[in-house]
Amino acid sequence: MRMLTIERAIVDQIVAHARADHPDEACGVVAGPAGSDRPSRFVPMANAERSPTFYRFDSMEQFKVWREMDDRDEEPVVIYHSHTATEAYPSRTDVSYASEPNAHYVLVSTRADDETEFRSYRIVDGEVAEEEVRIVESYETDSVD
Amino acid sequence: MAIEVRIPTILRNYTDGAKAVEGGGATLDQLFADLESRHPGLRGRLVDEKGLRRFVNVYLNDEDVRFLGGLETKVSDGDTVTVLPAVAGG
Repeated sequence: MRMLTIERAIVDQIVAHARADHPDEACGVVAGPAGSDRPSRFVPMANAERSPTFYRFDSMEQFKVWREMDDRDEEPVVIYHSHTATEAYPSRTDVSYASEPNAHYVLVSTRADDETEFRSYRIVDGEVAEEEVRIVESYETDSVD
Repeated sequence: MAIEVRIPTILRNYTDGAKAVEGGGATLDQLFADLESRHPGLRGRLVDEKGLRRFVNVYLNDEDVRFLGGLETKVSDGDTVTVLPAVAGG
C-alpha cells in the first residue's frame, strides 16, 4: 500500500499556511526530486479564488512554479489544500479536477480551532484512495523500510 | 522549425509518453487540429464546443493564452506552447 512519508517541519508549514488563510482555503505544493517520492521543498501558492469553498492555483504562478520544478528536475510530490468547514476528505470537485496521478493529495481541515486534520490520498481516474501518513523528524535519519 | 508543445503527465497517454511534441499552424486552434492528426483524442482534452476547456491552462511562451487571444492566438515557428492542467478543487 502507498503511503506518504513527510518531515514534520513541512507538515507544520502546511498547517500554518492553512491556519493563516482560514476561513479561505489555502493551497500549494511540496516539490521533491523526480521519482524520489520525497516531498522536500515547500511552495505555498495563492488561492486565485480566495474562497472558503473553492481553490485554484493562479495560472501564472503555477506556470512559474512548474517551470522551476522542471529546471530542478523536481515534480509536485504533494499537492495540498485546506477545507475550512468540512472534513479533510476530497470533495467531488477535488476528484473531478485531480490531474496529477503521481501526486499525494494532502487535505487539511481547519474546521476545529484546536485540532488540524492532516490526511493524504491518491486520486487517479476519479478513484480516491486514502493512504497512511508517516511523519518523520528528518528523511536523513529515517530508517529504510 | 516547428512549434514545440509541452504535454503534462496526465495527457501523455495521447503522445506515447512524450513530454513534448511538435506541430504547426498559424493559430492555437490550427496547431491543436494539426496535433490531433497525429495524436488522436488530445484535442478533445484541451478544447470543447465553447473553446479552451476551463480547467486546462495553455501558455504561449511565458503567457497564459486566456490573456492573449484564446484559441485564436497567433503562433509561429520557434514558439513553445505549454499545457498544464489547472490545479483546482473545492
